[in-house]
Amino acid sequence: MELANIFKYLYQSLANSGLPQVWVDIIALVAAGLIVFGVLAVIALFLVWWERKVSAHIQQRFGPMRTGWHGVLQTIADAIKLIQKEDITPTNVDRPVFYWAPIIAFVAAFLAYIAIPFGKGLIVSDLNIGILFIIAITTFTIISLLMAGWGSNNKYALLGGMRSAAQVVSYEVPMVVSILPIILFAGTLSMVEIVEAQAKIYQWFIFRVPFGPIAFIIYIIAGTAETNRTPFDLPEAEQELVAGFNVEYSGMKFAMFFLAEFVNMFTVCAIATTLFLGGWQGPFLPSWVWFLGKTLVLVFLLMWFRWTYPRLRVDQLMEFSWKFLVPLSFANLIIAGFMKHSKWFNW
Amino acid sequence: MEVEVSQLVFYLLSFVIIISAIYVVTLRNIFHSALFLILTLFAVAGIYIMLNAEFLAAVQVLIYVGAISILIIFAIMLTSQLANKQIRQSNEQVMIGIFICSGFLLASLGSIANTVWRIVEKPLPENNTLTMGKLLMNEFVLPFEIVSIVLLAALIGAVVLARKEGA
Repeated sequence: MELANIFKYLYQSLANSGLPQVWVDIIALVAAGLIVFGVLAVIALFLVWWERKVSAHIQQRFGPMRTGWHGVLQTIADAIKLIQKEDITPTNVDRPVFYWAPIIAFVAAFLAYIAIPFGKGLIVSDLNIGILFIIAITTFTIISLLMAGWGSNNKYALLGGMRSAAQVVSYEVPMVVSILPIILFAGTLSMVEIVEAQAKIYQWFIFRVPFGPIAFIIYIIAGTAETNRTPFDLPEAEQELVAGFNVEYSGMKFAMFFLAEFVNMFTVCAIATTLFLGGWQGPFLPSWVWFLGKTLVLVFLLMWFRWTYPRLRVDQLMEFSWKFLVPLSFANLIIAGFMKHSKWFNW
Repeated sequence: MEVEVSQLVFYLLSFVIIISAIYVVTLRNIFHSALFLILTLFAVAGIYIMLNAEFLAAVQVLIYVGAISILIIFAIMLTSQLANKQIRQSNEQVMIGIFICSGFLLASLGSIANTVWRIVEKPLPENNTLTMGKLLMNEFVLPFEIVSIVLLAALIGAVVLARKEGA
């Protein structure tokens, strides 16, 4: 069952109800925003639980078991606890910066979903600069981390914020360059058209040897670093920095950072699905099931990384990005350019 | 209706740009100035979107907000003397500054008023990113390459300046 048809039907009945067109559009936009927000909030809550379960089973534990079936309600209980907590603002913080940092993190995390196709026809707005828009808007995450690090007036938070800024700026370069071959072959920046360029399974960009798999691996590594996850979790290295940039935050503000982090992880995987794994394309099942399934497989991959690899040192982190990933991604782009020119994959 | 909404958005964006630009040059906390600079640049990207230049808007956010502003904030954070200090942004040359700036303002207002703007009747191209790319790679390939060389020179210059002697 295609969800897009249901939304189309709802929109049609709204348009036929006699309201002026302006109001119909406004209601449709607000509804689309609320639906995306709701779905992502549920996904983020699910991911928090899943992360705990995956980590537990990798370490031969059970993880949360008490609340609901195998602890599925655990994150809901945690969220309710965090909402109930007192909203503490420490005395010496930079108040406006401290206040706005979690809000910017939260909004930036959700804004990217304007241009991500959840299924056939399931997209808020098919921007013709789609992928570029997503890359641009997610840079606000870095600013929120820097604001949190600076505004908290705490040395651990400051160090965490600085580390994350250095890391994200360094890994943004290979990430963007690894996406370029895909744009080159699809000939478009629109997310929907990129998905449509991968109609058959052999057309998926991950299977276009040799540039596809290389770009995918670079993207996944850089994406792991962008979301500050192990083995690149220096910004919140617990043993050195307590909790990094969010050490002074508690209650709902902390919850906003936490949720934004999981939404960002889902964003990275959703973009990888769209660019490399054919997006919502797949037989038999409805398109949104394929999209969610592929994305969750990638999310599991990132979780698997986190509970398998030890953390890198700062210098190793920078060297790996600038001396290995950046040259590799540029070489990959040149190879892809030659292949495009000599009309490989010209199906 | 359409025109009114876009005018409203334009005035809103201009208001945000001007107010935050004033904050950038007057606030005494330099970190707050940097944040307002980000807001200014972001609102300018909004103006680009209103002009149907989505590509330019995205690149504006990506380069100015995502890279340059972050480098500025980074520099502020690394300069330990600046932390939470109140800094005067003006000095005794403020009168000369006002004089030069108002002269420049008058000159630019005059040139804007006296220019005959070329208006093309053709509709905008459907995909202006594509058009822009084709123009950059065909008609304007020489200026494009010259800009690349200038940037490369700046890059090498930065490395030479930052490198420690004998290292």
